[in-house]
Amino acid sequence: MELLDLSRFCMRLGDSCLIMAHRQSEMCSKGPFLEEDIAQTNLGLDLLGQAEALLIYAAELEGKGRAADDLVYKRPERDFYNFMLTEQPNTDFAFAVVRQFIMALYLGKVYETIAKVDDDTLSGIAAKAVKEITYHQLHLGMWVKRLGDGTQESHERVQTAVNELWMFVGELYEEDELDLKMQEAGYAISGNEMKAYLTVKISTHLTEATLSVPEAVYMTTGSKKGIHTEYLGYILAEMQYLQRAYPDAKW
Amino acid sequence: MVSKMSQVQEKELIYQYLSEISDPEIPVINIVEMGVIRGVLFHGSKLEILLTPTYSGCPAMDMINHLVKEKLQNKGYDSVEITLVYKPVWTTDWMSVETKEKLRVYGIAPPVGKATSKKGLLNEGSVFCPQCGSKNTEIKSMFGSTACKALYLCNDCLEPFDYFKCI
Repeated sequence: MELLDLSRFCMRLGDSCLIMAHRQSEMCSKGPFLEEDIAQTNLGLDLLGQAEALLIYAAELEGKGRAADDLVYKRPERDFYNFMLTEQPNTDFAFAVVRQFIMALYLGKVYETIAKVDDDTLSGIAAKAVKEITYHQLHLGMWVKRLGDGTQESHERVQTAVNELWMFVGELYEEDELDLKMQEAGYAISGNEMKAYLTVKISTHLTEATLSVPEAVYMTTGSKKGIHTEYLGYILAEMQYLQRAYPDAKW
Repeated sequence: MVSKMSQVQEKELIYQYLSEISDPEIPVINIVEMGVIRGVLFHGSKLEILLTPTYSGCPAMDMINHLVKEKLQNKGYDSVEITLVYKPVWTTDWMSVETKEKLRVYGIAPPVGKATSKKGLLNEGSVFCPQCGSKNTEIKSMFGSTACKALYLCNDCLEPFDYFKCI
């Protein structure tokens, strides 16, 4: 395993967690009721912690003298490798729930796999994160069901969210050269395995929630090369504003 | 031999100093009881403290780092380095019976059972109200005032309370 490959692997995962955490933080004060508002921000906090641990490790492995903060605040859009799904906006509560639910299923499988690798830092981060993500799956899964078999309005909204976000799911089981190397080293499962896992998990859950599984659509691709939807730029504009206006400002 | 003995004693002393630091979010228990101190290492004149986070994003960790450095510097250790370790993964199973009792007296229902038992983090149906001791409690929200807690309600005394999740 080359250190630079492992660094890129951690950076991709860390970027997805970071952008998910940002989207989750935007839900602060927008939850349907106070307890859920706290829940939403707590989900974001876990993800931010996971992002921090992964990006610290990515920076260290990379050995270019960059710190995790440099990765977060000083990279342009094209150097971010989060999945396009993670950057999709909080159009309404249903969009936020569906996006995070699908990602929580994905992350759970990823962490479960890397919790077993022979690398104390990475497997430790993953073993801790898997506990947190399991909790997210429970909570978000509850919401998908509650909205799905709730009122006509909630049912329609969550179905719309599923349909609109579906085209971004393909990236979660796409493979490039780095993925194949990581699979060979035992750090990742194959794209086919991930696709089968996600398909079963998501379909079963949607059916239980009285929702329909979207038909096959064109799946977007590109985030592994730094190509994104228009939304990432807006996220970065806000997230990186202070460091760009006042370079190296300290809290 | 003599120096070895003294290092063991010094380590004990350092643990004692560290146990004077309260958890920033749960002031009735200290950071040693919480299980976040994973080791004290001597490197010549430098002291290395191994810390493990409770939750990945626990906002108290920065505060704990700061408090550990401050405490040890006040005790004469000028060169203190803090290293974050992830293995073994922090678990509420490390809490002693005494620590759990302190939580209960403070008004937080302590974690029920063992995290390894896979009975689930929430143990619905077996969480006792820390106020009146009733088992007739229900979960109100999977998330409470901090990442490590969930919100419960006692159906007998009607008090809401925090439950320290079994993780």
